[in-house]
Amino acid sequence: MKQMIWAEILENRPLTGDIFSMVLSVGPMAKEAKAGQFVNVYTGEGAHLLPRPISICEIDEEKETLRLVYQVVGKGTERFSQMTEGQEVQVLGPLGNGFFLPEGEGRHILVGGGIGVPPMVELAKRLQGQVDVYVGARSNPVLLDRLEEVGATVHVATDDGSVGFHGNVVQLMEHDGAKGDDLFACGPKIMLRFVTEWALKNNIRPQVSMEERMACGIGACVGCVVKIQKQGEQDWQHLKVCKDGPVFYGDEVIWE
Amino acid sequence: MRQVNLSVNIAGVTWKNPVTTASGTFGSGKEFGEFVDLNKLGAVTVKGVAAEPWKGNNAPRIAETYGGMLNSVGLQNPGADYFMEEDIPFLRQFDTKIVVNLCGHTVEEYCAVAEKLSEADVDLFELNISCPNVSAGGITFGTDPKMAERVVKEVKKVAKKPLIVKLTPNVTDITEIARAAASGGADGLSLINTLLGMRIDIKKRKPVLANKVGGFSGPAIKPVAVRMVYQVAKAVDLPIIGMGGISTWEDAIEFIMAGATGVAVGTANFANPFATVEVAEGIERFMEENNIMDLSEIRGIID
Ligand SMILES: Cc1cc2nc3c(=O)[nH]c(=O)nc-3n(C[C@H](O)[C@H](O)[C@H](O)COP(=O)(O)OP(=O)(O)OC[C@H]3O[C@@H](n4cnc5c(N)ncnc54)[C@H](O)[C@@H]3O)c2cc1C
Ligand SMILES: Cc1cc2nc3c(=O)[nH]c(=O)nc-3n(C[C@H](O)[C@H](O)[C@H](O)COP(=O)(O)O)c2cc1C
Ligand code: FES
Repeated sequence: MKQMIWAEILENRPLTGDIFSMVLSVGPMAKEAKAGQFVNVYTGEGAHLLPRPISICEIDEEKETLRLVYQVVGKGTERFSQMTEGQEVQVLGPLGNGFFLPEGEGRHILVGGGIGVPPMVELAKRLQGQVDVYVGARSNPVLLDRLEEVGATVHVATDDGSVGFHGNVVQLMEHDGAKGDDLFACGPKIMLRFVTEWALKNNIRPQVSMEERMACGIGACVGCVVKIQKQGEQDWQHLKVCKDGPVFYGDEVIWE
Repeated sequence: MRQVNLSVNIAGVTWKNPVTTASGTFGSGKEFGEFVDLNKLGAVTVKGVAAEPWKGNNAPRIAETYGGMLNSVGLQNPGADYFMEEDIPFLRQFDTKIVVNLCGHTVEEYCAVAEKLSEADVDLFELNISCPNVSAGGITFGTDPKMAERVVKEVKKVAKKPLIVKLTPNVTDITEIARAAASGGADGLSLINTLLGMRIDIKKRKPVLANKVGGFSGPAIKPVAVRMVYQVAKAVDLPIIGMGGISTWEDAIEFIMAGATGVAVGTANFANPFATVEVAEGIERFMEENNIMDLSEIRGIID
């Protein structure tokens, strides 16, 4: 069940210059949440009335907390960055479908680009077997240590070559000869498109987490659509990222 | 203390209270039904329905603006058959009236959806001749008094439900269109639909919306909406459902004082999923505290 709550901020600190980690005390919402889902965070300001969708980075069922990792890009996220521990923020969640988890052991490829890396942490925790995370960033990637802590093998590509492989993440996967039974990706659309092409070439069905501008976040306003053509169907349809997604099969997305 | 009477009569249909939802902001009630008790609303106005499914516009369809937002959904909807099979049975579980928002590109399409839904278990029709997000139909009917009168007249011939006509604010004189709708046979009016707006991404040097322009809604448009409800209430003798930026009960009372019988909560649902019920409860409290037994005591009291 989705819930709208006031969540206490337990932590809100910068990881790098403009990327912050926020830990929220969310009560029973933590048990409901799955990897790949997101929450709506409200700015509390009438001027900025739409909620900001932020992916769930980590779930702690015992402590009943969620961790969000967000980049300051505008008015809403700037406001979040100024909030302090002990303050409360309004949160609606968990929202969206989340990743479809395979059963049993396996070999998994996770791909995170830029601010698409955070949801890979909870996903890595929930997958069994070998987890390879391919991280792509312009420079200075975050959460690498945390990914290793949760047992993943981390491979890094940066556009400027400052850390790891010099190039993009798909070039790195190609270079490393990445292998897996399944693949999960989150990041910029252009990256998701190339990751999908790579996966299909390697006979893997990719799951991609998409982003779109949202208003309600719960499937009511039909604002957040992507074009999806389901396997076996004649025509594409506009599906809602907030409700039918954010996770879709990459081969069903019409990339444009 | 005597019980205050919140009920209102809109085109012959009694709502238990004046609060409904603005079409397109509340889906068909299922999603928000997880947060609010739909039994507490006078009516649920569902998203626009056409005779056949519509795919709507390309994304991005949403942009925030200061105190408001733009949308260019373009009336994406799964069509009248789906609506009848899925949404009506769901809504009928609740003690609330159903207002169905009708859309089309041509007079024939408007008539087709009105005819189809005349057989359905709904209470009121709201004819959307005011959507700024479709290239053909929609708003072109809402900005030309002759066309407005004609489409209302034709739909009236086939509609077996009371017909509310939804007006666009994107005109020089809204009372002219209101009168045209009235002479076409409208049983009520609802206003305002969204104002045509635009935002430009200065880094990309491109419009933010894929459709370039979109409908402007939310708290920022409220003064325009109150003014138009006030003008229309003075000009025609039809019940009005007022909307445009309502997010609190105080806003709703403003619309009622301007002349509205019903009030609809739209964009505010996105900022606060409980907005509809909070508005309804606030109106009741206001009446109790001010010893108002019936909303007719304050409706249209502004000279
Ligand atoms: C499902 C989903 C998950 C996301 N997860 C994360 C995450 O884990 N970490 C993170 O940093 N960001 C994430 N984002 C992007 C994040 O929502 C935006 O960066 C944020 O809304 C920007 O708000 P702002 O007020 O700072 O920016 P502004 O530009 O001032 O925002 C104006 C409006 O545009 C919307 N908007 C702006 N950028 C985006 C965007 N990229 N995607 C969707 N809406 C946008 C805002 O929500 C707001 O309505 C996610 C987006 C989606 C759709
Ligand atoms: C996302 C969105 C979708 C809408 N869809 C419709 C629609 O299908 N039919 C219609 O008549 N009006 C539609 N509207 C207009 C609203 O019903 C309402 O008239 C307008 O938004 C002003 O009210 P508000 O400021 O309270 O939102 C839509 C508005 C929004 C924001
Ligand atoms: S944000 Fe409203 S339907 Fe997705």
